[in-house]
Amino acid sequence: MMVIGLVIVLSMVLMTLLGPWFAPYDPTAVNVSPPPNPSPPSADFPLGTNLLGQDMLSRVLHGGSVMLQVALLSVLFCFIIGVPIGLLASYAGGLIDKIFNIVMDSFYAFPGLVLAIAVAAMMGRGVVNMALSIAVVYVPSYFRIVRSQVLTIKELPYTEAARATGAKGRTVLLRYILPNVVPSIVVVATVNFADAILTAAGLTFVGLGVGIDVPDWGWDLTQGRQLLPSGSWWVITFPGFMIALLALGFTLIGEGLSELLNPRLEQ
Amino acid sequence: MISLPLLEVDSLTVDYRTRRGNIRAVNNVSFTLEKGETLGLVGESGSGKSTLGLSIIRLIPSPGVIVNGHIRIDGTDIMDLSKEKMRSIRGKKVAFVFQDPMTSLNPVKKVGAHFVELIRTHEPNVSEKEPLERAEKALTDVGILPDRINDYPHQFSGGMRQRIMIALAIALNPDLVIADEPTTALDVIVQAKILDLLKSLRNTYGMALILITHDLSIVLERCDKIIVLYAGNLVEYASSSELHRNPRHPYTQGLLKSIPNVELAQQKLEAIPGSPPNLLAPPKGCRFWPRCSFAQKKCRVEEPSVIELSSGHFVRCFGEIHNHERRHKR
Repeated sequence: MMVIGLVIVLSMVLMTLLGPWFAPYDPTAVNVSPPPNPSPPSADFPLGTNLLGQDMLSRVLHGGSVMLQVALLSVLFCFIIGVPIGLLASYAGGLIDKIFNIVMDSFYAFPGLVLAIAVAAMMGRGVVNMALSIAVVYVPSYFRIVRSQVLTIKELPYTEAARATGAKGRTVLLRYILPNVVPSIVVVATVNFADAILTAAGLTFVGLGVGIDVPDWGWDLTQGRQLLPSGSWWVITFPGFMIALLALGFTLIGEGLSELLNPRLEQ
Repeated sequence: MISLPLLEVDSLTVDYRTRRGNIRAVNNVSFTLEKGETLGLVGESGSGKSTLGLSIIRLIPSPGVIVNGHIRIDGTDIMDLSKEKMRSIRGKKVAFVFQDPMTSLNPVKKVGAHFVELIRTHEPNVSEKEPLERAEKALTDVGILPDRINDYPHQFSGGMRQRIMIALAIALNPDLVIADEPTTALDVIVQAKILDLLKSLRNTYGMALILITHDLSIVLERCDKIIVLYAGNLVEYASSSELHRNPRHPYTQGLLKSIPNVELAQQKLEAIPGSPPNLLAPPKGCRFWPRCSFAQKKCRVEEPSVIELSSGHFVRCFGEIHNHERRHKR
């Protein structure tokens, strides 16, 4: 399972890195194929062309870059924001913990995509802004995981033993609790990659992605939807398939990792 | 010149302030411990023995509070110490060995790293290599091959992990080691080995040892003095030979009768009837009277105080108080 996921994700990354050398055309050049456009897959254009006469194969080869960047950045943001506040709130306990809990729970009250769209609309286009608006949606799940883990671990004898040897609160938190929380966060992060990719596709779909001058699967999806009723299935199918495949890859890695790190789930 | 005792616990009272009410876990307990002495703290679950142990390093879990009394280490009242000062005592002067060796070591750190962490905490200027050299020595002392310093805790058995915990406890050469049920999670053979190890280390390093246990038999032969706790009260406190020969409190007598003796073939083991009281609503009077076969009317209304029967033999029981008074009148 995890191996299949790894193969999928790594080949996607490779494809995005090496794609530009293999792409037969400039992915943003219009009318590389003579009209009428969109034209179905043919020998010259194996995946067909879109309404603007752009080569779909070139666009598919280039288009993963935005998705991967957004996913990576958003998971990174989640890590940077969710983990420290989860650690602090749960270790401090009391009022601080309560306040953070209420704030985080209130994020859950919004449907994820709607919240991401709202934040993205506020911040404008661009990879970083997309990543940030996705991070806003997923920070609470990091917070929750970290919090529940810290609450368990801080009662374990080895943290008590650490305190009994004169360790400071900070040392206990960073050297004894955090390293034992990391495996759970890694699992959440990999599963989160898949969600981030789908949310990123959703954001592009409603026009909050990057500009049209950058090849992007999400953008092609938007275009393809308009063309689908007229029978041009190829414009939406190939980028859509790539997004689904990438999300599947990350999900498989995440599940594999969680089985590896929490062996109890296997039973 | 009178030398100060290493540890002096003076009318210590600890409460757990729970939502359902106040629980008096330790009630007015006093004792002293000299350098190099071993003390056994015996009691059932909930008798306050662990709480007593933890209050010595001021680490009673919340919502526990020390409401009264003093704890003096080398004459310094630890209640007055700052958090910073208290931390410098923990691990360095007073070391703790916990009950469950399986979870007392950080699973993501190598054994050696535990020693580095500990020694660095107390000696920040120590070199890179020195903690590891000291770790190897401490591990050798407890009978673990020093080349296993780079192994992770899960690669050791329970008994070996407890040896590592003990090695950690003695690494900084503390004056006092408190072992809270160090062998409860281990099987009988390993249990005996660990206890003997503690004893031999005590002889080598001359540290004082407090052994907290529910098993009177294991402290009788290994400790100089024994305190028997019942429901937070000190019920009897004497040297182990005196306690063995001449137990005065009905609870201690009951505990001694429940220890099997291999030399008596036809011995019938006696259990103490009943169970320990609910500390949210302890019985009025003596806390032991509902289970005591000698209970008088007075025991149910009035709480006995601790009296010293003979030098160093303390007991908290009306029966003994009367005997004592009678003897003195004569």
